Amino acid sequence: MDRYFLTQIFSTCLVCGVYDMKPGVAVHKFSSCDGCQLAFLNLGEELLELDRLVEIVHFAEAGPFDEQTPVAIAFVEGSISTQADTERIRRVREQADFLITIGACATSGGVQALRNLADSGAWHASIYPEPEYLDSLDNVTAIREHVKVDLELWGCPVNSRQVLAAVRALLFGVLPETDRDKVCMECKRQQNVCVIVAQGVPCLGPVTRSGCGSLCPRFGRDCYGCYGPAEALNTASLGKRFAGLGLLPEQVVNRFRAIHSHLEEFAPPQGPDYDRE
Amino acid sequence: MERPGFLPRQRLDDLLVLLRDSGYRVIGPQLAEGAVVYRDIGAASDLPAGVTVESGPGSMRVIKQDSPRQFAWANGPQALKPRLFKPAESLWQVQRDAQGRLSFARCDETPQAVAVIGVRACDLAALRIHDQHFLESEYRDPYYARRRERLLLVAVNCTDPATTCFCASTGDGPAASGDYDLLLDELEDGFLVTSGSPEGQKLSAALALTPAPDARCEVARAAVERAAAVQTRRLPPGDLFDRLFAHRDHPRWSEVANRCLACGNCTQVCPTCFCSRERDETPLDGASSVHQREWDSCFTEGHSYIHGLVIRAETRQRYRQWLTHKLGSWHRQFGRSGCVGCGRCILWCPVGIDITEEVHVLMQEPVHD
Amino acid sequence: MTERGIPMEAEVVARVDESPTIFSLSLKLVDGDQHDSYRFMPGQFNMLYLYGVGEIPISIVGDPDQPDLLQHTFRTVGRVTRGFARLQPGDRIGLRGPFGRGWPLEAARNRDVLIVTGGLGCAPVVPVINHVLNQRQQHGRVAILQGVKHSDDFIWRGRYEQWDAEPDTQVLLAADVAGPEWRGYRGRVTGLFEKLELDFVNGITMMCGPGPMMTAAGQQLLERGAGPDRIWFSLERNMQCAVGQCGHCQYGEKFVCRDGPVFPYADIQHLFGVRGI
Repeated sequence: MDRYFLTQIFSTCLVCGVYDMKPGVAVHKFSSCDGCQLAFLNLGEELLELDRLVEIVHFAEAGPFDEQTPVAIAFVEGSISTQADTERIRRVREQADFLITIGACATSGGVQALRNLADSGAWHASIYPEPEYLDSLDNVTAIREHVKVDLELWGCPVNSRQVLAAVRALLFGVLPETDRDKVCMECKRQQNVCVIVAQGVPCLGPVTRSGCGSLCPRFGRDCYGCYGPAEALNTASLGKRFAGLGLLPEQVVNRFRAIHSHLEEFAPPQGPDYDRE
Repeated sequence: MERPGFLPRQRLDDLLVLLRDSGYRVIGPQLAEGAVVYRDIGAASDLPAGVTVESGPGSMRVIKQDSPRQFAWANGPQALKPRLFKPAESLWQVQRDAQGRLSFARCDETPQAVAVIGVRACDLAALRIHDQHFLESEYRDPYYARRRERLLLVAVNCTDPATTCFCASTGDGPAASGDYDLLLDELEDGFLVTSGSPEGQKLSAALALTPAPDARCEVARAAVERAAAVQTRRLPPGDLFDRLFAHRDHPRWSEVANRCLACGNCTQVCPTCFCSRERDETPLDGASSVHQREWDSCFTEGHSYIHGLVIRAETRQRYRQWLTHKLGSWHRQFGRSGCVGCGRCILWCPVGIDITEEVHVLMQEPVHD
Repeated sequence: MTERGIPMEAEVVARVDESPTIFSLSLKLVDGDQHDSYRFMPGQFNMLYLYGVGEIPISIVGDPDQPDLLQHTFRTVGRVTRGFARLQPGDRIGLRGPFGRGWPLEAARNRDVLIVTGGLGCAPVVPVINHVLNQRQQHGRVAILQGVKHSDDFIWRGRYEQWDAEPDTQVLLAADVAGPEWRGYRGRVTGLFEKLELDFVNGITMMCGPGPMMTAAGQQLLERGAGPDRIWFSLERNMQCAVGQCGHCQYGEKFVCRDGPVFPYADIQHLFGVRGI
C-alpha cells in the first residue's frame, strides 16, 4: 500500500479532524448469522457519533439499502457459500476503497465451513425433495479467497471495540493496529486464574488471537478459539496437553475444528508431531 | 531482636479492623476461581481456612482440609506485582482543540493506602527488584511510586511450599526478609507477630500482644526450616549469563520450543517480569486520546518488532531471551538473579515447562556448535 | 533521578521530502521556555507522538550547536511512520526527550574520525558530522562513508557535497546496486575501507546502519588494528518508554534506550551479530 493510500480515501484534515466530505461506509452481509452486525447496532450513543463521522450508505439490517454507491469502507460479514455470493463480493470490492471482513465467517469461512468436511450433496439429497433448486457451492470459503481484503477483524462475533478502533484509526489516516497475541495475554492482564491449570479444562487461549477481552476464561470457561489463530502457533503441543487432560484424539481434533475448520494453520494436531514424546 | 507477640487466631479480626481504622484498604488471600487469589478482605473468615494446594508443573488443585490454618498454601498466581505495576493503566491523556493544538496531562490519581496480608518471602524479594527497577534506576516511575508509598505489608512465613517452589535454592525464602511492616508465623491456634518497621511497631503496640513463649517460637522456626528442607527443585547459583550464552545454539532451545506455546503465561505470573507496552485508546469522536501501558511479554512478536522486522520471530529465540535474561543478564542489570524461586512459571505454564529442568539440561550438556 | 515525563507539544515548522519514502520534519516546541531550554547531544533520540496513534523513537538530526533546528528524518515503513508522513507545517505532535547516550565526542577530539553509515543510518550521525566539522581544527582526518542498497535510495546529495568540500575530509559513497548515473563505488560500503587514508589504530569510528553491515564493518576494522573501544555503534530496538523500563529494547544486559543507543564495540562484542538476541 503506498503512503498516500489512506490520504486518498479519507480527506480528513489531520489537524482539526474535520472532513471535506464524510467517508461512506457500507455493511454487507453474506452467509452468516448477523451477529457481527450487532457490533454496530449495539453501539448505543456511539452509533450516533459514528453517523456524525461517516455516511452510512448501505446497512440492510439497520435500514439503508444502497449497494451501488461507492464507499470508503465496506464491512463484510459472512462467508461465500453460493454462486450468487461469488459475484456479489466482487461488486462489493469494486465499490469500496478499503474492505474489512468482520467475524469468523468472512475471515476464515466460519462455522458453516464445517460442511466442507462432509458430503454436502448427500445431505441435500437426504433432506430436500428437489435439491437442484439449491444454489449452494460444495465448499464454503472466506472472503480473502475471492477478493483482496485490506483488514480482517476476527471473532465470532466481533465486538464493538474492534469495529470502532478500526474506524477511528482509518479516520486518523492510519491503518488499525493488528494484535496477534494470544488470549492468555489479555486473560492475565485481567487477573483471571488459568482454567487449564486450575480446572484441567481444554482451553484454546494459548493458540487463539486476543481481542475478545478473554471473555470465556473471565467467566471460568475454556476458550473455544473463536478469534482464530494467534501468531507463533503451537497447536501440536496444546493438543498433546488436551490428550493429557483425558480428551480422546477425535475430541482434540474437534476442539480445534469448531469455528475455524477451514484454516490450515489452525488445523488439529495430528501425525508424527502429535505423537512425539 | 524484639520477642514476637502472640496473636490468638480469634483475634486476627482485631488486626484487620486496626488496619481499616488506620485508613488502609485491606487485601488478602481468598479462595476464588479454584485458586488462592488476593482480593479485598472484609473479615478473617474470608481467608482460605483449611485450604492447601496440590500442585505440579502445569497443574494445581485446591484441597480442603479440616484445619483452622489460613495460610497453609504456598502462593497464588499473583500477589504484589499487579498492585504496584498495574496490568493496565493510563499514563497521560491529550486533548486536541479545533485549531489542532494539543494539551497533555498526566493521569494523576492518588491511590488509597493498601495493606496486603499474607505476602510471601518470594514476593518480598520480587518487590525489592521492582523497587530497584521502577524507583531506583535513572528514571523514576511516578505511577508505581505513588502506590508503593501507600503500601503496608503483612508478611507470613511460608510453611507449605508447593512442589514447584525452590525459594530455598535462590536464597529468597521460605522465611520472609526485607521490606515488611509486620511478619506473621502461623501456628495452630494463632500467630507470632514481629514488626519490621515503625508503622509495624505502632500496629503491633496497638494490638497489645503478650510476648510469645520460647516453645511457640521454636515451633514456628522448625516449620519454616522444614519448608526449606522439603523443596526438591534447585537452580544453579550465580550469574549464568556466560554459561547460558555459550550454549546459545544448544539444541535444547529448539526442543523447548516444541513444547512452549509462546503464550506468555510464565512472564505474566512471574513476580519480577516488568515488560510493558504502550498504546493509545481513543474515543470515536477523536477529540481526546489516552496513552496507556499494559503488561507485555518477551514471548510476543510485538516485543521485538522494529520497522517491519520481528527480531525474535521464533519461539526458540523468545524462550532463550526470557531464560538468559532472568538468570543471566539480570545479574548485570540488578546485581542478582531475576528468579526468586516462587515456581509460578512452572505451575502456571499450561504445558508444565520447568525452568529448573531446562537450566539443568543446558548446564549439564557440553556446548554444541 | 528524573521522573518519567509526558510529551511536550511541538509544531511542525518545515517538511522536506528526501525521497519517495524518506521525509524530514523540523520541529519547534510550542512553549517558548521549553524550546529555549531544550538541549541534545549528537546521537540522542526523541519519542515523537502522533496524536491518537502512538509514539516512536526517532533520532535527532541537525546541529547541536544550533538547537533551533530540531530536525527528524523518517522512513515510512509501519503504521505510525505512515501517519507521520501525512504531517504538514502547522501540524502539532508530542515530543518527549532527548533520551539516551550519544556519540563519544570527547574521545574523538584530536583523532582521526571515521563515520560509516548504511541506508537511513546516516541520520543519527548528521549531528556528529556537523559537530566535528564545526570544530574542524580539533580533529584529525575525517572520512564519511555512506552505503545504500540502491543508488536511488541515496539522500542528502547536497550535504555530502558540502562535507566533501571541507579540508582533509574524505566522502565516499557506495551502492550495492547502482543506476547509470551513479559516480560512487559499486558494492558494499566495507569495500571502501581500502581507499581510506586514516589511522585506524588511534582513530575513532562511529557507525550506524543495518546489522549485517555493522557486523562486517566492525570485523574489518578490528582486522585493521582498531581496538574494540574505538569502534562505536548506534543500535536500534523496539522502544516504548525510552527510560529503560518497558523492557523492549533489551540487548543482552543492555537497555538500548538508556545505556545506548550508542555503544562501544567492547561493551557489546559478546552479543554482536548473534541472531535473535
